[in-house]
Amino acid sequence: MSNESIRAAFESGNGKAFIPFITCGDPDLEATKALVFALQDAGADIIELGIPFSDPTAEGPVIQGANLRALSGGVTTDAILEMVAEIRAQVRIPLVFMTYGNIVYHYGIERFCERAEDAGIDGLILPDTPYEEKDEFAPACAAHGIAYISLIAPTSDERVAMIAAEAQGFVYCVSSLGVTGTRDAITTDIDALVARVRSVTDVPVAVGFGISSPEQAAAMAAKSDGAIVGSALVKLVAEHGAEAADPVARQARKLAEAVHAL
Amino acid sequence: MTNPRGRFGDHGGQYIPETLMNAVIELEEAYDRYKDDPDFKAELRSYLNDYANRPSLLYFAERMTAGLGGAKIYLKREDLNHTGAHKINNALGQALLAKRMGKTRLIAETGAGQHGVATATVAALLGMECHVYMGVEDMERQALNVYRMRLMGTEVHGVDSGTGTLKDAVSECMREWTKRISDTHYLLGSCMGPHPFPTIVRDFQAFISEEIREQCLAAEGRLPDYVVACVGGGSNAIGSFYHFIDDADVRLIGCEAAGRGIDTWETAATLNTGSLGIFHGMKSYFCQDEYGQIAPVYSISAGLDYPGIGPEHAWLHDTGRAQYVAITDDEAVDAFEYLSRTEGIIPAIESAHALAHVMKIAPTLPSDQIVVVTLSGRGDKDCAAMARYRGEDIDE
Repeated sequence: MSNESIRAAFESGNGKAFIPFITCGDPDLEATKALVFALQDAGADIIELGIPFSDPTAEGPVIQGANLRALSGGVTTDAILEMVAEIRAQVRIPLVFMTYGNIVYHYGIERFCERAEDAGIDGLILPDTPYEEKDEFAPACAAHGIAYISLIAPTSDERVAMIAAEAQGFVYCVSSLGVTGTRDAITTDIDALVARVRSVTDVPVAVGFGISSPEQAAAMAAKSDGAIVGSALVKLVAEHGAEAADPVARQARKLAEAVHAL
Repeated sequence: MTNPRGRFGDHGGQYIPETLMNAVIELEEAYDRYKDDPDFKAELRSYLNDYANRPSLLYFAERMTAGLGGAKIYLKREDLNHTGAHKINNALGQALLAKRMGKTRLIAETGAGQHGVATATVAALLGMECHVYMGVEDMERQALNVYRMRLMGTEVHGVDSGTGTLKDAVSECMREWTKRISDTHYLLGSCMGPHPFPTIVRDFQAFISEEIREQCLAAEGRLPDYVVACVGGGSNAIGSFYHFIDDADVRLIGCEAAGRGIDTWETAATLNTGSLGIFHGMKSYFCQDEYGQIAPVYSISAGLDYPGIGPEHAWLHDTGRAQYVAITDDEAVDAFEYLSRTEGIIPAIESAHALAHVMKIAPTLPSDQIVVVTLSGRGDKDCAAMARYRGEDIDE
């Protein structure tokens, strides 16, 4: 069951998880496979796999670019599910999908969850599906042992308790206003957000959006249970294309070490 | 008609990032507080009448009626509003609401530029900061409107992601709104997006059908048999339909942009070619592929060049209460030219899609039938593009 595998992943290090994100099919699925193995070897505790969407409204330019490259390369949801099924036995850590509501809805929510379960997926993150709409997706996820991972934001205020009380897998804490992408500084009171979550649940909390350096990752993980890094790694994929596994692994190792050294 | 979560049947909803949830909840609460507030209503009414030139005329198109040789045709002249389109109705309503909410800054998307111009106009009128996001492709097609917005003090931001058209401008506005919420209102221009926007925009455009009712009763002593309007996101159409929804004898027809034809990929006819999906905050129909990737759409009209449709239209379509037809570029350009030479009225190319359908049905109807077609905007902005379509290059 995915809640357990995700919890175990948070506990395996020193209670702090390093969670990298990559977009599947950027630039092709062979490259994605190599990246998953490289990230695992570099010390990732969970990997977020993005299923590309044509119009990713929560993403900044870096991940928008990754979505575009992946779709231009012809990747599809079916091909991604096959790729995950193919490599799953060689990956020890939880894999969670991050995509947009329409990708799952249009595929058929039940059909998507069934195939994701068969492929060995542990969780699902839909950044455009808030608490109010989650009942459309969460029951099918639960029926297939997939953790429906909820997000909280700096603007969530009194909504945090309501969201956290029903949280599965981990709580994805959005560090700042705006879309994904690297930032020089994170000014949100993360301590207060995390405290609100912890007052209602013991589900782990990981912070994402805007984290690029090992120092930032360590600082955010120190305030929570983990750090999520996307754009900073996807930038390396944009730069190195099919040869990105080594440079991504080098950076991921630094990030993982910083998080695990806490 | 709407339940508390903004559903029209299964359509609508609030599919947006958590970061925006409290903003839309705050908007819904403010709208609920002010929509029936006498002061707010009086203030909006005074701007609509004294500034925007409402009520707009319901004009009997005598030469068009005679020329087509069938039903009596009336034009609802939203093109005579200040700024030349129906968009000012919603822009005034939302900007006044935003002011009451303490917002000082407006952001908006625009396709043809009409909504951008309307938003820039109310921002100047009410002394608010304004940023409009517009696809780079559309900025080229509608250079005059870009100038008008800048002239009124609005900053126009070109959006070059995706197809560089209306859908990308909406996506960029949503991204911008998540960056800055506390002082900023997203003045969405159509009856789409997350709840409560489809309801708010509908209500601020429903003056159109309220007036058509009164004006048609005054002129003809009865309601029209047909109300016809063009549909992109669908704001002028929902405004034209709304007060007739309970009158089963009034046929409601929305005209989508077929582009080069609904059997081609170069189309924007959502209900005629699309399927159910979730995008831009709502569940509705969208032009998309088998994996739910939103399709690049095409129409000669920048204002109808959108891959989705407002959720209330999706519901009117599902229930059969309204009918949605597709009009090609060719048919719309013919109608643009026909109305210009027959009535001396140059329609927006968007509105010409509705006129084109009227040109098809009016000759088949008896002369005692009444057709009202909403002329959502004026066509000055389109003249250069229409000339180009006919192979003539003129300087704007």
